[in-house]
Amino acid sequence: MLKDITLGQYFPGNSFIHRLDPRTKLICTVIYIAALFVAKSYITYGVLLLTLVLCVAVSKIKASAMLKGMKPLALIIIFTAILNLFYIKGGTELFSFWVLTVTTEGIKTACFMVIRIMMLISGTFLLTYTTTPMSLTDGLELLLNPLKKIRVPVHEFSMMMSIALRFIPTLIEEADKISNAQKARGADFETGKLTERAKALLPLLVPLFVSAIRRADELAIAMESRCYHGGEGRTRMKKLSLKLSDLMTMVFSLLFLAGIIILARFGF
Amino acid sequence: MPTIKTQALTHIYSQGSPFESIALENINIEISQGEFVGLIGHTGSGKSTFVQHLNGLLLPTGGRVLLDGVDLNSSKKLRHEMRFKVGLVFQYPEYQLFEDTVYKDISFGPRNMKLSKAEIDERVREAAGFVGVPEEIFEKSPLELSGGQKRRVAIAGVIAMRPSVLVLDEPTAGLDPEGCESILKNICDYHEATGATVILVSHSMEDIARYASRLIVFVDGHAAMDGSPEEIFSQADRLRTIGLDVPVVTDIASRLKQLNIDVPDCCYTISQLKSAILSLKKEGAPC
Repeated sequence: MLKDITLGQYFPGNSFIHRLDPRTKLICTVIYIAALFVAKSYITYGVLLLTLVLCVAVSKIKASAMLKGMKPLALIIIFTAILNLFYIKGGTELFSFWVLTVTTEGIKTACFMVIRIMMLISGTFLLTYTTTPMSLTDGLELLLNPLKKIRVPVHEFSMMMSIALRFIPTLIEEADKISNAQKARGADFETGKLTERAKALLPLLVPLFVSAIRRADELAIAMESRCYHGGEGRTRMKKLSLKLSDLMTMVFSLLFLAGIIILARFGF
Repeated sequence: MPTIKTQALTHIYSQGSPFESIALENINIEISQGEFVGLIGHTGSGKSTFVQHLNGLLLPTGGRVLLDGVDLNSSKKLRHEMRFKVGLVFQYPEYQLFEDTVYKDISFGPRNMKLSKAEIDERVREAAGFVGVPEEIFEKSPLELSGGQKRRVAIAGVIAMRPSVLVLDEPTAGLDPEGCESILKNICDYHEATGATVILVSHSMEDIARYASRLIVFVDGHAAMDGSPEEIFSQADRLRTIGLDVPVVTDIASRLKQLNIDVPDCCYTISQLKSAILSLKKEGAPC
């Protein structure tokens, strides 16, 4: 059950999107999210959806993988839809019962919100699916480098992030093992009232935390014994370099954002 | 009726996805009550996957697993009950300890069985006795104990459910020789005292040779060999092509044979070889 989590997962490949510099992908994702929030009409949403589908097609990532990743967030998506459906008033009233009223405007907003969230998730998934966690944090570190001037510990942050991402699969595997071991002793994680179920998680969480702390300790010793001393003077084995294709992608994304803003301005 | 019976048991991980891999294929095994079975095989040969089918933690993707004649796949409630009948001790079980005292941790299984307080107390003390956990450390935190003691507490936690089948997945991995020895001895004592079926997964041919009365060898998801230690260890060449070894004693015996010294074919424990050599000496054969 826990193995189904696709957060931070990377799908190996060699598509145009896979080959882009992580910085380019990060910037483009931010631009895409910005455009998503500017968009308000069928046309702009349509253009954004088309771009997303195009990017996914180019990356050769299966649509099923995208949808699978959305599964854990289904509850949030449904909740948003219901909330918008009943709370947005406007347009013509379709039907109402008790205190709930559904209007045309409500349906429209609910649909837009759901599409927006799903596109938001897909866009960021495309980033993590096509970029290894290591190059992602490398890219992030380089992008945030200017902040070092105002004494933000950028290197430390990115190291923390790489370690966290690196250990997600390890911890998932560990949680699976521990939960199996406790199930073998008759632990029941699936039935009972909410409070009972929360209590039943204790036999899983305590060993998981204990082992996470132990791992952190061991990792620190391993890093220190290899003379890790922070980012000062540290060199890279794989130097990131921006190619022409990266620059063109970025320029195109910016123009794309500008186009969406102009469209939204003129009421489309 | 055999306690455990598998019929064409097959397990395929991530079936239908590109990561699909066959872990077990067409396993047909019968294990009777009171047997001491050793499972050997390489890492990735399917041993661990197999043992997780015995209490329904994994469900077969093909075939059936019968426990006392009942199909484990038939209901969820049944599987929950069967967990108490088939006690499974995982690899490195000390990582599952979570309670604040040793006593409470051992009693986790019996509490899940919804037993009375007196019954739980009796079982905890009995289980602790079997694996050599002294009562003085009952109120200590399990995290304060040494590695070997933690392992004992974890095994006691499973034994406290009084399972009629005890499955142990490499219970001695990572322990010092003395610790290995005494834990195996404890398990053997439990086997003799309760008449429970014991299934021991191990890499150590020596351990398996000494305690098990039957060996099953797993190769790439198949139960390739099944028989008494004599039968299995006499096929040393076949074991070596699989990438496994025979106990050192068996190796010594076969080399003695090459030197034309008449020792029996199937020596696999030190005491067997010792008595064989001593009897030769009495006969006055050249040594």
